[in-house]
Amino acid sequence: MTAENVTTSTRLQNILSNYYVRKILLSIVTLFGISILIFTIARVLPGDPARLALGPRAPEDVVEQYRKLLRLDQPIYIQYFYWLLDVFNGRFGLSLVTFRDVLTDIVEFLPATVELIIFTLIIDVIGAFSLGVISGRKPNSMIDNAVRIFAYAGIAIPSFVWAIILQLVLANWLDILPAYGRLSLGIEVNRITGLITVDSLLSGNLVAFADAITHLIIPSLSLAIGCIAQEARILRANLIENINKDYILNMYAHGIPSSIIFFKYALKPSMIPTVTIMTLDMASMLGNAFLVELIFNWPGLSRYGITAMLRKDLNAIVGVVLVIGLAYTIASIIIDLLVSYLDPRVRYKR
Amino acid sequence: MKTLSGATVSEVKFSELEKKVKRENWRRIWFRFKKSKLSVIGLSMILILLFMAVFAEYVAPYPSHAGLYIAFKNAYKPPSIEHILGTDMYGRDVFSRIIFGFRYAFMMIGLVLSIVVPTGVILGLIAGYYRGTFIETVIVRLSDIFISLPPLVLALSIASILEPNIFNSMLAVSLMWWPWYVKLTYSMTVSLRNEPFILAAESQGASTLHILFRELLPIELGTILTKVTLDAGWVILIGAAISFVGLGAQPPTPDLGTMVSEYSKYLPEYWWMSLGPAAGIVLIILAFNLLGDGVRDVFAGE
Amino acid sequence: MLLEINDLHVYYKSYWYILKVLNGVWLRVDKGERVGIIGESGSGKTTLLKSILKILPQNGIIPRGEIRYDGKNILKLGDNELTKIRRKEIGIIFQDPMAALNPVFTIKEQLYDIIKHKMMIEGHNPSSKELHEQAVKILNDVRLPDPERVLKSYPFQLSGGMRQRVMIAMALISAEKLLLADEPTTNLDVTIQDQILKLIHKLVTEKNLSTILVSHALGMVYQMTDRVFVLYAGDIMEEAGTNELFNHPKHPYTQLLISSTPRLSSVGVGEGIKGKIPDYRNPPPGCRFAPRCPYVMDKCINMKPGKIQVNRDHVVSCYLYD
Repeated sequence: MTAENVTTSTRLQNILSNYYVRKILLSIVTLFGISILIFTIARVLPGDPARLALGPRAPEDVVEQYRKLLRLDQPIYIQYFYWLLDVFNGRFGLSLVTFRDVLTDIVEFLPATVELIIFTLIIDVIGAFSLGVISGRKPNSMIDNAVRIFAYAGIAIPSFVWAIILQLVLANWLDILPAYGRLSLGIEVNRITGLITVDSLLSGNLVAFADAITHLIIPSLSLAIGCIAQEARILRANLIENINKDYILNMYAHGIPSSIIFFKYALKPSMIPTVTIMTLDMASMLGNAFLVELIFNWPGLSRYGITAMLRKDLNAIVGVVLVIGLAYTIASIIIDLLVSYLDPRVRYKR
Repeated sequence: MKTLSGATVSEVKFSELEKKVKRENWRRIWFRFKKSKLSVIGLSMILILLFMAVFAEYVAPYPSHAGLYIAFKNAYKPPSIEHILGTDMYGRDVFSRIIFGFRYAFMMIGLVLSIVVPTGVILGLIAGYYRGTFIETVIVRLSDIFISLPPLVLALSIASILEPNIFNSMLAVSLMWWPWYVKLTYSMTVSLRNEPFILAAESQGASTLHILFRELLPIELGTILTKVTLDAGWVILIGAAISFVGLGAQPPTPDLGTMVSEYSKYLPEYWWMSLGPAAGIVLIILAFNLLGDGVRDVFAGE
Repeated sequence: MLLEINDLHVYYKSYWYILKVLNGVWLRVDKGERVGIIGESGSGKTTLLKSILKILPQNGIIPRGEIRYDGKNILKLGDNELTKIRRKEIGIIFQDPMAALNPVFTIKEQLYDIIKHKMMIEGHNPSSKELHEQAVKILNDVRLPDPERVLKSYPFQLSGGMRQRVMIAMALISAEKLLLADEPTTNLDVTIQDQILKLIHKLVTEKNLSTILVSHALGMVYQMTDRVFVLYAGDIMEEAGTNELFNHPKHPYTQLLISSTPRLSSVGVGEGIKGKIPDYRNPPPGCRFAPRCPYVMDKCINMKPGKIQVNRDHVVSCYLYD
């Protein structure tokens, strides 16, 4: 009996000392922190949220009703307690934009954003690695200089400016890609997962699949370019630095072919800082998605969030921010896993 | 008498020597900075833009077009010699408005950084110095919460709860930004905390204030300065994003982000209206990035 | 003559300046001969070894000179011949095994690649079983306990001594004729230094390898070499048989170097000569030791002295013996 208890408790201890378990637990605590933070800022700052939400022309009794609904007439910790209770019961509160529960809205709008972000990540990884490798392979060549100029432009031009430029040039002037939305008029796909590319493949609708991809290109590209530039630059710098390290020269000293040296022995260590920086790039991607979805009229969570923000729809704002926070936490854990896969020193330290 | 005068002379010499060393340090930093062409270009760009911002009334060809001004007969004019970046839907000169936009941009950088940097640095120093105490836990955990959200998302949601105007958007950016300086200063302080020279200063009875600001801060200053220059561009970016969404400065304020947002409704026909202020944003970010790279190289070599 | 280096110049280009590191170095190694190169840190010893295999960092350039190995100039060799030399004739032990082993690959991955490519140039494509046998054999040769565990490890999981043994194992795969050892014991504990030294000595004698041993530990060079070259700031100052050189040093630099070593029998570090190695951006135009030399003369400053034969087996580059 006691022996059993001991093994259970040591097993529990082992689980708790695991790096990832700790990280996940910590991020759950942090997510609660975020909810308190947003909640507090919303309630503590001057101005009446109910009045702000309903606008100056709403009659006072309606505002009073809404105030009751949000429990604004009670102390802030009580408000938070009830809100938390609701969250555990699967309710995020009523949205003023759609007059539905915020969770219902999130379920509806999240897939479009997920699809956009995943497509952006694919473009980002392909772009960053090919440019970084091309550039790092032949430093100071013509192509390297071109990549470096592109990297400066990519970093200095914000996503929403890329969005405007790409929309103007590719959609309006050259007219080779659609300017708005997820699908062309007249094309419909049954909702299964909510990811149109996946749903269209599942239902065998290749026309819709191709249409969905063409709609994804410009928004994803505008989100990806900055990250591509950043990562390509870091990869290039690390390749150039590592290629002169003794462990590379040692491989040359043994007559190992230079392609193996470059793509195996130099690339892997150089990838570690590049993948590490992707956590930050993921953050900027999730943030910029708010503007890009607005520009491309993309029916995703971020555009819903912007609408909520402009209407001061508190429940919806807190809901969206929490979901984005959760997504960011998951993304950073995945990137952590990738880094530890690449870097045994990190793996064994954890 | 001889010894007395000798002592004074050597003391004077010592303080002069110290001054000379400091002067030489700065000269060396400037020398190294000058060698990087890109950072000199960045600095000159910033100085030119700053000049335009300060003397906007004299530099802008149509200073009255900055705010409310209507001349419908001049509306929607593409770029020409009179209006090098064209005119907008009210007939205002886009170029003039951009120059006033620089003024808001520099205001934003100045205000945000002067709130964020001292706050973050002081909290970071304290958290690092009082390692293992309750103070550390509170400061570090609180910063962690702020940092665990994508910065732009946090800034947008803070801005959304406030009245939409330019000062509140600066406030939102500041509220989002300070934890990054806490993190930076904290990690440096923790690694310096047990260095012999700090312990020696402590054992000689140096005050906490002395250790924080006279011993620790000077060493960390280079890294902090590098981050400040690299961050200046990002402040503009986040600020412009807030304005673009409509949660920041409202028209007719000639804020660059607001202008891009306002004018983007007239795309694609009247493209010059949006691209002008967009290019203004890009110029500022680029200038600070170029400068920041140079500053980083200078301090990385120290 | 296995290796003969004449008038070798090596520069490093940086963005703003050029470092003129090697300044007309000469060197010769007979078959089976063990040669030592001594000098302070920063005198270009590592650069010299790296140029023999043509593995300088990317900013390194060789504007002048020749490296004759087996009668052929390595600097003008085609890729195939150079690869053959690198894979099975010359091996190199780097100074710091931690830096010379790739941190993110296991010993197995790195060792297998080296063994595989060596066997491939012998016209044989080894199976993974053969690779494993070879790897275990070579690790046994360098007296590594538990080779299976070593193979599975990453460099950071091994002790300093074990890493150096792995490094020696790698070098021996390629070194069938010439072994280059760059301060093979500098980064090790004193107790382990001796073991590693004995190991190298034993392996070299067994395989009858020609060796170039670079070190600033004079005692070690005294014990292990037949002939010694003294390198200072990219110039060869003196060349002589080991006994001759240590007993009758001619060049002022060699004399100072030897006299500043506490006890020649111990593994001491040359220190205590006044001044520093000159700035390679703007080195002295004449003898590079002139600024630190106690016997400096006017002509030392302006013109580099040539090789002066003081006796049959003793060459010195100094105007004092002109």
